[in-house]
Amino acid sequence: MTDYTLQTRLWKLVIHSLLIFGSIMMLFPFAWMISTSLKGPDSIMTESVELIPRRQETAEISGWVKPVYKVSVNDTKRRMALTRTLDKGLAEFTDPANPAQTVTLPLHDQTSVRPVSLRWDNYPEAWKSQPFGRYFLNTIIVAIITVGCQLFFSSLAAYAFAFFRFPFKNALFIFLLGTMMLPQQALLVPNYVILAKLRWLDTYLALIVPFTASVYSVFFFRQFFLTLPRDLHDAATVDGCSHMGFYFRVLLPLSAPPFLTLGIFSFLGSWNSFIWPLIVTNSTHLRVLQVGLAYFLSDAGTEWGLLMAASTFSIVPLVIGYFFVQKKFVESQAMTGLKE
Amino acid sequence: MSERAHKPKKQHDRTDRQTFAYLLLLPTVIIITTFHVLPIFYSLGLSLFNWDLISEARFAGLRNFRLLAYDPLFWKSLWNTIYYTILSVPMTIIFSLMIAMLLNSKIKGIDAYRVIYFIPVITSINAVSIVWKLIYHPNFGLLNNILESVGIPGQRWLLDPRWAMVSIVVMSVWKHLGYNVIIFLTGLKNIPNHLYEAATVDGAGKWSQFRNITWPLLSPVTFFILVMSIIGSFQVFAQIYMMTPGGGPMNSTMTVVFYLYKVGFGDFHFGYASAVAFELFIMIFALTLVQKLVVEKRVHYQ
Repeated sequence: MTDYTLQTRLWKLVIHSLLIFGSIMMLFPFAWMISTSLKGPDSIMTESVELIPRRQETAEISGWVKPVYKVSVNDTKRRMALTRTLDKGLAEFTDPANPAQTVTLPLHDQTSVRPVSLRWDNYPEAWKSQPFGRYFLNTIIVAIITVGCQLFFSSLAAYAFAFFRFPFKNALFIFLLGTMMLPQQALLVPNYVILAKLRWLDTYLALIVPFTASVYSVFFFRQFFLTLPRDLHDAATVDGCSHMGFYFRVLLPLSAPPFLTLGIFSFLGSWNSFIWPLIVTNSTHLRVLQVGLAYFLSDAGTEWGLLMAASTFSIVPLVIGYFFVQKKFVESQAMTGLKE
Repeated sequence: MSERAHKPKKQHDRTDRQTFAYLLLLPTVIIITTFHVLPIFYSLGLSLFNWDLISEARFAGLRNFRLLAYDPLFWKSLWNTIYYTILSVPMTIIFSLMIAMLLNSKIKGIDAYRVIYFIPVITSINAVSIVWKLIYHPNFGLLNNILESVGIPGQRWLLDPRWAMVSIVVMSVWKHLGYNVIIFLTGLKNIPNHLYEAATVDGAGKWSQFRNITWPLLSPVTFFILVMSIIGSFQVFAQIYMMTPGGGPMNSTMTVVFYLYKVGFGDFHFGYASAVAFELFIMIFALTLVQKLVVEKRVHYQ
């Protein structure tokens, strides 16, 4: 029996180790992003891997900036600047307080002084180098209006499919389901031309209107509405409740779960959408966050500290939201797998 | 109310209800028709013209399609897309299934792991592309620094035509892994536990349980992930745009969608871009159809 529990314990240990290793792989890029966002250019462009940002301490010796080392002279530790490297791995160290005093010691026995140094300046600098405030505002406006309209229109359509009988009901439903099979990206060019004809290019309308309908949401709402008792609607209308009254007073209060799940799902989609806003907007003041990041990447080029700061602050709002409603978040993604 | 007055009212009621139902459907149907259905036909029409949106469109017949058939860059982009698919799909399925199975064992802290593995999924592809671009940096990137510290020579990753696509694939698999883990996990939870108990009683080992219970019963889920990943591969764009802005060294990361973007919105050859889009459309549509048909017929259902 003890053998058995020992085996189970070992087995669990193996599982945990594998999962922890995987978790590190999942999270390390983010840790690296935050770490780099707090580094200055010299600590980024090195070949050492330092997760905690550090800075080489330096001292000025007769006009030259030299790295400071902790050296052991006669068993006492002293902080001295490295002034020269000599043959056979030896190096000359100078006391910054008293430049006349030098010692010669093997270099690899000494440790350089690298205190932790967090460079927060990258954040305000990145924020100011592009109108990120505007980008955030645009992203939030577009996401909220898109999600709001999409949920409203989709639930209305689903209400019709679930509670009404009308000619061509099935044909319409199949027509809508069929459009789910059409890949968005193949329609970029004609949609662009349609928007151009409507004179909607480079406006909020172009960012919002095409996404205010979602067949997937209609389908999901309909599935939910079908679980409600059919008599509900008849009973309510006989009692003098109007059709819209039924939607607002009966259906909406009952439908919090699908609204929340679909809301998260489409908010995420809107927040992270890229190719569409890249194509249909041109003006800086209409850029959404993802497009702004792309422009920042091509503008800032090699200023990795700034780029990492921008990546961090563009990710943080969603990650915070995710921690608050993570169960719903995961559910909203998982359900797409169950739509068959 | 008399009997005679009742009937017309009911009739009136019914048309009222029908009109109301159509009104409810109106916004969705208009938007879907305008931005999803009409564009398909419009796209077909556009592909028969040469047009840059500004000057007058010139009829070209099937010339765009003929040009496409001999366009080395189009074939290259198609091959690159297939290469991306071949690399990323098996990797995604193997890793996500492994993680899902580990998460499905009765251990503590499942929720914490789930949260962690899902974080890359919710973060924007643009932001993580910037991060991975630095990780892949040939001189001071994290990856080369780690490799060199254990004695493996570094590579030029995104700047090397042999490695650029591989680098993009690794990053993309990392990004989407958590999503597929959740789907697999849902599938695994639906496999009744008594099957495993019976198998254990019969003395079946872990591998035999996997072969004979888990894998066959999971096949609808696996097939779903397979097709969704392939369709996803055919739509890859953002990470390519961010990490290799020009389509990579020697066009090694030029995918079909990226090529479509370049032809349409870089060169403004709308007719030609529509022809590319039409090919893309056919491929994805075919994949979706295969999924619908095969899921119905071939894949094991309980």
